Amino acid sequence: MKGQFRRSVAGQRPWLGVLLLTAVLLLVPFVAGLGGQAWVRIANFAILYVFLALGLNIVVGYAGLLDLGYVAFYAVGAYTYALLASPHFGIHLPFWVILPLGAGLACMFGVLLGAPTLKLRGDYLAIVTLGFGEIVRIFMNNLNAPVNITNGAQGITLIDPIRIGDFSFSQSGTIFGITLSGPQKYYFLLVVLALLVIVVNVRLQNSRIGRSWQAIREDEVAAKACGINTRNIKLLAFAMGASFGGIAGGVFAAMQGFVSPESFSLMESITILSMVVLGGMGHIPGVILGAVLLTGLPEVLRYGIEPLQRAVFGRMIVDPESLRMLVFGLALVLVMRFRPAGLWPSSQRLRELAETAD
Amino acid sequence: MSEQPLLLEAHEVAKHFGGVKALQDVSLTIRRGEIYGLIGPNGAGKTTFFNCLTGLYKNESGHFVFDGVRLEADAPHKAAAVGIARTFQNIRLFGNMTAIENVMVGRHLRTRAGVLGAITRNAATRAEEAAITRRAEELLHYVGIHERAHDYAKHLSYGDQRRLEIARALATEPKLLALDEPAAGMNGTETEALRVLVEGICRDGVTVLLIEHDVKLVMGLCRRVAVFDYGEKICEDVPAVVQKDPRVIEAYLGGSVA
Ligand SMILES: Nc1ncnc2c1ncn2[C@@H]1O[C@H](COP(=O)(O)OP(=O)(O)OP(=O)(O)O)[C@@H](O)[C@H]1O
Ligand SMILES: [Mg+2]
Repeated sequence: MKGQFRRSVAGQRPWLGVLLLTAVLLLVPFVAGLGGQAWVRIANFAILYVFLALGLNIVVGYAGLLDLGYVAFYAVGAYTYALLASPHFGIHLPFWVILPLGAGLACMFGVLLGAPTLKLRGDYLAIVTLGFGEIVRIFMNNLNAPVNITNGAQGITLIDPIRIGDFSFSQSGTIFGITLSGPQKYYFLLVVLALLVIVVNVRLQNSRIGRSWQAIREDEVAAKACGINTRNIKLLAFAMGASFGGIAGGVFAAMQGFVSPESFSLMESITILSMVVLGGMGHIPGVILGAVLLTGLPEVLRYGIEPLQRAVFGRMIVDPESLRMLVFGLALVLVMRFRPAGLWPSSQRLRELAETAD
Repeated sequence: MSEQPLLLEAHEVAKHFGGVKALQDVSLTIRRGEIYGLIGPNGAGKTTFFNCLTGLYKNESGHFVFDGVRLEADAPHKAAAVGIARTFQNIRLFGNMTAIENVMVGRHLRTRAGVLGAITRNAATRAEEAAITRRAEELLHYVGIHERAHDYAKHLSYGDQRRLEIARALATEPKLLALDEPAAGMNGTETEALRVLVEGICRDGVTVLLIEHDVKLVMGLCRRVAVFDYGEKICEDVPAVVQKDPRVIEAYLGGSVA
């Protein structure tokens, strides 16, 4: 329980840390807003990815299952929201109906996909999920004929924002004398959601279920002999991860007002997985760091590299978009080479890696 | 002496790996409350018998009856659920978990808390968690390694790891505890302590099935002993008789010098 003890201490930092963190979280949207609403949107995406990455962390970090198609559940959530709250079908259900529905549907897909594959070896799961991710995207792309369900590659537009009574998250408004832009409102909503998923992650880790996930990761045969129904327990992790993906998808659709299959490519799955692995699998602060870095860094590059090139060479030499992928790849290789347990790993993972190195 | 009821019956259990007949129609019965020994030269099929019993392997023919009910041993967790716990010949602990966490995993089967309980941390879940911890502490005391409760399992000494595995198995509240060579690699003092522990376990009402190469230990502990050779049960009797059986002497002398 030494490990557990340390973990729970991290959960109840001294008040100073909590205050500081709250202050930073409160200030971010206003500081970012000084540079334009685009920066607030970037902050929003960073938090959305924190949410997604922590959802995937349950699957990959806790249960040790390699899921390469996580974005499929994100897509299910996003399209559920888009179809039930847009002029496309003329249906406009409130968000508190659709978000849980999207989570439920994503969960159902998770169970349908996981049940037959989770008793196979880990590598099969990776392949099957990878395939599933692509299937979902291709379906979204082609379900516009003979009956137009998803509107194909054009995607669905004019999706309703999240609205509570008269309070719409897409328009700017004044609360307690402070004027908030649409993106700033979403920021606070996303922070609340992210805190929620953090609590879920922390509490699961130190529970009967969390222990069985760890036991399965350590030695599946021994875990079975201890009476753990490993398939069900893995399925639980998989379905939970999927549900969080579904919720994130719904919020994404509402925030963007637009979804198309393009947003749910394999690259997206890999990016989210990279956030988990790069930050430190199974370690909540690490995963958060990974998500923030991998969302923020490319944007900083995009805005930083162009002026830099002009200043140094007088013209553009490398297109920032391609440089982005290059830096992204390089960062991954370097981290894996020099910090294989991630940038901010748990003591747990460090120990596991030390063992394989012996 | 009144005969105790049967706890385990193996009926003509057979298992082969390709051409290797690891078990050939093995039948045996174990009574409640006894310590039953299983010996035999290397490769005789002892571990395979455990693996079939606990659902890790599927036997080609034959079946087990446990506590009067036929075992559908198609999954190890079901065997554990009906009350068969085991240890492994080549120790299988959760190395990066602490000793007490290992035992707490053993409580999984007899506890209920699910995802909702874990997330809400309601009173029932907290009470259950406290009970799990308490029981795990008791079991560590019971096997005598409570000072090591917060050490990682992989950092324990060999003998302590064997004890921890026993504690984890006991946490599942078994009726039958199957030990696969628990004294392997132990020195004389450790083996003696193990003997005392196993006797205690039996006295506390758990039937023990013991695979062991240490003849002295088996003869001292077990009420009855079965001898396997090339997948067959060649002999089954009280230790004194088994020791003098010509087939057993032949099996041990003819086989490798174990
Ligand atoms: N998974 C397996 N695949 C192939 N052959 C196996 C497998 N498990 C066991 N065997 C073979 O079955 C036979 C019985 O093995 P088993 O491990 O049951 O012997 P044992 O009596 O436990 O021996 P030891 O005293 O060395 O532990 C051996 O010939 C072994 O090689
Ligand atoms: Mg063996």
